[in-house]
Amino acid sequence: MTKRAPDVSVSPPRRRRSTYVFAPFVLIAANVVLFSLFFVWPAAIGLVYSFTNYTGVGVFQFVGLDNYHHLIGDSAFYSALTRTLLYAVLFVPLNFAASLLIANLLVSKHAKGSSVARVVFFVPWLLSPIVVGVLWRWLFGENFGLVNYVIEKLGGSAVPWQSNADLSLLVVVMAASWTWTGFSMLLFIAAIKNVPVSYYEAASLDGAGPWRQFFSITLPSIAPTSFIVILLNTINAMKEYPVFVALNNGGPGTSNNLLVQYIYETGFKRGQIGYASAASFVLMLILMAVAIVQLFVNRRVENR
Amino acid sequence: MTTTDMPRPVDAGPGRAASKKGTRKAGSGGLRRAVPATTLLWILACLYGLPVLWFILSSLKPASELFSYPLTLVPHNPTLSGYVTAWRSANFSQYFLNTALVCVITTVLTVGVSCCTGYALAKYDNRWLKAFFVCILATTMLPGEVMLAPEFLVVRNLGLFNSFAGIILPAVLTATGCFMFRQFFLTVPDELVEAARIDGARELSIFLRIMVPISRPIMLTLAILSFQWRWNDYIWPLLMLNDPEKFTVQIGIQSIVGAQNINWSVLLGASVISMIPLIAVFLVFQRYVMGADINAGLKD
Repeated sequence: MTKRAPDVSVSPPRRRRSTYVFAPFVLIAANVVLFSLFFVWPAAIGLVYSFTNYTGVGVFQFVGLDNYHHLIGDSAFYSALTRTLLYAVLFVPLNFAASLLIANLLVSKHAKGSSVARVVFFVPWLLSPIVVGVLWRWLFGENFGLVNYVIEKLGGSAVPWQSNADLSLLVVVMAASWTWTGFSMLLFIAAIKNVPVSYYEAASLDGAGPWRQFFSITLPSIAPTSFIVILLNTINAMKEYPVFVALNNGGPGTSNNLLVQYIYETGFKRGQIGYASAASFVLMLILMAVAIVQLFVNRRVENR
Repeated sequence: MTTTDMPRPVDAGPGRAASKKGTRKAGSGGLRRAVPATTLLWILACLYGLPVLWFILSSLKPASELFSYPLTLVPHNPTLSGYVTAWRSANFSQYFLNTALVCVITTVLTVGVSCCTGYALAKYDNRWLKAFFVCILATTMLPGEVMLAPEFLVVRNLGLFNSFAGIILPAVLTATGCFMFRQFFLTVPDELVEAARIDGARELSIFLRIMVPISRPIMLTLAILSFQWRWNDYIWPLLMLNDPEKFTVQIGIQSIVGAQNINWSVLLGASVISMIPLIAVFLVFQRYVMGADINAGLKD
């Protein structure tokens, strides 16, 4: 090693990183194949089918923009869409606030027993959406649930958690926030721990209190993580389905059918694959819009 | 810096000098801040823990006690009969094995593929890689759940319908996995790669000999994540699998929920059984998920 050192300093290798083509290609090859097979291909035929009346078997005809025209006038689609958006608007901020608060408490050196508490917060995330649905159904059952039992014991009257559409959605929002806290919290904890301690030392020398430190140091420093958390949670909210199925089966009636359930039912139960594909593309446009808006906001925040 | 700092914690013994503003470290003003922080933390922990606790305790109640008022938190006659019935009913044990098989295979593939891709995206720089990174991010915009129908047709056309491969292969590429590895390898200094190149290592052996070993924490984290995703997957296996012999646990549980009259005793038992593997994996590898110090060994 020491022998070679002078060599290196005389003529350092000036190969540009961009000259490496073979190695990165080998490394990404598997994912490129998977990407083409299970992403590009479905996306392409999905786009094609969205202009047809394909039912999954047999021949199909191109029907132009008919599917999209029908979609615009389809009240079931509209209610699924607004319900999904409402769900996301409720779920994302609740989860963000809860997990950021918990992450800060867990990182704080003042809170005792944080290693045990961390496990408690994390366990719900391990449960499957189906089990989460079952669990909250058991908790919020109208006639048998613990929550209504406690409410009645305290002198209230049973709350229609299952038969009122809005309350039913609220239960799912709580259930989902409860589940996803563990994951978001983990991202926040990692981000907060990566903020250099010297920032806080400098701030406290300058007399900044804990709140000031949180808003002036922690929050800006973890902005990229916050962005990821909001993005992931929005996407998760837009494609939520299993929790609803297990908790109330999109009910009462069809009032809490979200987009994915709508797509699933039109595509597979009614066999209108063309029509379901059109609905899928509307969902895709929404997700892309969300991502673009968030990217844009993030750029502005980071002042890059 | 350190010399001016040092005296403070020394003479500010715990208990005294609570008003002294100072370091983040416990000590000065410790108790005044510890009490509200600890209380809030534990109130939240109870709120989060209660649903699971209630669920597990309920699953230990005999069927007759489940709905008998007044409800009690602790079962009077704890029994495992719910579990036994659930395990024996239908093909639940078979579902369990199926799910385990699918999870393990998918996880191994996901970790390997994501590690390669993440490294390439972080440490090489060319137009195609940038384009591919955008492509991978695009998969989060259009997740499998959204393209249910066309993806179903593709898998059917590949002849993978009603086979485990049909669940495994579409799940291997995950944007999260690639992203995690990319972020990790971005934090690995380029000098490490340069130094290896100067020493004459070839590109792929740099990756295999240096980068793969140091990314072990990320690998374990992603492995646990992937295992969890696949264990909990519901909608895709539901579409893909036709043969009850091949069903996964989640489909089994949902079929109990979907029945006209829900058999809560069996449902609670089955649900709790399905929770066990993940909780076991988590407890064993807890350190890698929770304490994941993403920069382990690479401080600047």
